[in-house]
Amino acid sequence: MANKSESKKQKAESLHPSFFKATLAIIQKDLSAEFRSFELISAMLVFSLLVIIIFNFALELDIKVRQSVTSGVLWTTFAFAGTLGLNRSMSVEKDRGCMDGLLLAPVDRSVIYFGKAISNLIFMLIVEGIVLPVYSVLYNVNLFRFDLLGVILLGSIGYAAVGTLLSTMSAQTRTREVLLPILLFPVAMPVLLASVKASNGLLAGAEFAEVLTPINLLIVYDVIFIAIAFMVFDFVVEE
Amino acid sequence: MIEVKKLVKRFGLKTILRGLDFSVEPGEFVALLGPNGAGKTTFLRILATLSRPSLGAVVVAGYQLPNQAAQVRAKLGVVSHMPLLYPDLTAEENLRFYGRMYGIGNMEERITEVLEMVGLENRRKDLIRTFSRGMQQRLAIGRAVIHDPEVMLFDEPYTGLDQDASEMLDEVLRSVAAEGRTVVMTSHDLARAEELATRFDILSRGVITASATQKELKKTNLLAFYKQALVD
Repeated sequence: MANKSESKKQKAESLHPSFFKATLAIIQKDLSAEFRSFELISAMLVFSLLVIIIFNFALELDIKVRQSVTSGVLWTTFAFAGTLGLNRSMSVEKDRGCMDGLLLAPVDRSVIYFGKAISNLIFMLIVEGIVLPVYSVLYNVNLFRFDLLGVILLGSIGYAAVGTLLSTMSAQTRTREVLLPILLFPVAMPVLLASVKASNGLLAGAEFAEVLTPINLLIVYDVIFIAIAFMVFDFVVEE
Repeated sequence: MIEVKKLVKRFGLKTILRGLDFSVEPGEFVALLGPNGAGKTTFLRILATLSRPSLGAVVVAGYQLPNQAAQVRAKLGVVSHMPLLYPDLTAEENLRFYGRMYGIGNMEERITEVLEMVGLENRRKDLIRTFSRGMQQRLAIGRAVIHDPEVMLFDEPYTGLDQDASEMLDEVLRSVAAEGRTVVMTSHDLARAEELATRFDILSRGVITASATQKELKKTNLLAFYKQALVD
């Protein structure tokens, strides 16, 4: 009996999954569930395509006008579609009590943050990967440039980083669909402004060195948002 | 195994638990009974490390809360009235996910063992959203024991189950307790609690007002004991 309880104690003490493995488990779980239901991606995608089609009809056919509004239209689309995805991603965890299941795991709680943030980023990138070619065809603008794609990636990282933290907070309220954009847009404004500025410059044919300031700002904001979320996530999920 | 002293929990100005004392020996099956709003779920959430105590000392499996919460979580299995399962994943995918979160070895062997224990081996490839409420609750117990915990906490596990599903859940609960685990269960189903538990504690207005073992209760029935404890 003593041996049995001793071996149980040893077994429980050995239950310490690595940070990386637990984060990967959350990402794989989110991707498997999403690729089976397509609830989140389809909502984001339909919204994004509707926005760029409406802008396509609303704007002048003049190619210069179209080029000048491209970054604005793109980031408006990504920001609102991203909010839809963030809300859905966290409400899946909250509505069925699965967030408690995650919080019960013997891992650092920042694992949950990184797992969910990376999943949200992947969903955003998938939608962006479909929206960009459609936009290129409709607006006759070439968006497939490494520098521009790099800016979109950096902007999406910052948006998903701060959005995941704030959606965890808003998911605990009854008015989460309304509350998330109200909380998120003021906080994410530096990321959105820097992304629009850098994209605009690149599309206007500016040299890479000329848009280095907004790109540097984007990198700094990404690092700051990820660091803050890592430090405060434990308090956000605590009762 | 569980030692709670002078536990107080406040939400803003509202005090839910008012200096609660509670202890459970290893291998005991304690039924925590009480009216709605007595603080049973709040108390279980504190034991489960999901909520912080405002005041008081809580020790689970030799570790203090909230400072050693991660160590406690490795030894805990929690089942609530919600199954904590992902509807778009299959039964085995859900168990594999939780198994990975607990870092267990021999994953496939353990998943098969757990599915056999809860009687869902033939539904392992089916999505959770196709499961009945009773099947989901049985799998929820499988999820909670995947890492072979020493302490099990059940919060109203019979909620929403019909008679057949409740009987099947009884069997699963018995097999969980038979493996020498310490169990604390909240329930409003006195008849079921009487059959399963070895001790009965009545929680009312944030404190334990009465406690009796199964042997002590032989002289009277649980309903009479429960009513008397609430009157006192």
